[in-house]
Amino acid sequence: MTRKTIVRVVSKALIPFILLFALYTQFHGDYGPGGGFQAGVILAAGLVVYGLVVGLDALNAVFPPAVREVCAAMGVLIYAGVGFTTMALGGRFLEYGVLTPHHPEHGQHYGILLVELGVGLTVSSVMVILFAAFAARARVAQTEVV
Amino acid sequence: MTGLIDIVVLSLLVVTAVMVGQLRNLFAAAMLTGMYSLLSAVWMVVLDAPDVAYTEAAVGAGISTVLMLATLSLTTEEEREASLIEPGPLFVALITGAVLLYATLDMPRFGDPSSPIHTHVGAMYLERAPHEIGVPNLITAVLASYRGYDTLGETTVVFTAAVGVLALLTAPPLDRRGLPFRRTASLDTSMASQSTLGGDGSLPQTSLADDEVAT
Repeated sequence: MTRKTIVRVVSKALIPFILLFALYTQFHGDYGPGGGFQAGVILAAGLVVYGLVVGLDALNAVFPPAVREVCAAMGVLIYAGVGFTTMALGGRFLEYGVLTPHHPEHGQHYGILLVELGVGLTVSSVMVILFAAFAARARVAQTEVV
Repeated sequence: MTGLIDIVVLSLLVVTAVMVGQLRNLFAAAMLTGMYSLLSAVWMVVLDAPDVAYTEAAVGAGISTVLMLATLSLTTEEEREASLIEPGPLFVALITGAVLLYATLDMPRFGDPSSPIHTHVGAMYLERAPHEIGVPNLITAVLASYRGYDTLGETTVVFTAAVGVLALLTAPPLDRRGLPFRRTASLDTSMASQSTLGGDGSLPQTSLADDEVAT
């Protein structure tokens, strides 16, 4: 935990809005700029700020390493899973239209929402994994010096 | 007005790039690369590419700057004094720059309707997306639906990056005293879950806010 009051207070005030903004970016990507990738990075940015200010242990308590590793793989699985689902429904790989045969447009919309969710899940988990890997490494390096 | 913004943003980009090259303090250089990304994001907004600007601001200015600083905390903050200008690398850099400048002369003018990007599949997407996909943001329609294979590939690449970093950088698990386990124990793959439970709860050198407290 950093002892800098300003950093702590400002980040405490900002982090909820960063996370909220990530959700907005995720689910509003169909209508405006944004999408899974940007949302994932913004979500990860909020978590990384939390890790920087409060500490790696706190970040690991919020988003445990085992969970983020599963989430990273789960995102790719969701994406590919949508593709295989459309194949099972008689369409081609990632042909979202077959999800709702009567309204192909709706199917496209659901498909896009799902794959963007997969992208967001993978990207946010991967970014946190990268940060935590570096941060944990720095701690080990310091321990070895001491 | 737009012309003025162009000039200001582009000259700031050049100034930042030159500063990054000049600085010996790697901490400052890493912060400036973040600034460079933010300016690039502004430039993308000027070019009417808000989705790219979004990504550039979040990835370039945010995450990669933090990762750069995290890397610095593992190495050193000062670049060692470089020797005098070496003719070989300078020659290569100048030739590459000249070739790139020469190549830009062949590029179509910005917004040229007869450029390849507007005459190939782009026009088809513009025409068909509104009734085929029905998603107002055309970029999302192209990325997630028309180009769904590519985006699946990109997501896989991002996942692979995490696998690679975990394989290379995984810290050995720490025991209760905060010391690494012996080699035999560190083969345990469930690394970070244990490695981070010991210690005082703060990031030793990575923390941006702690650098002055430490002194």
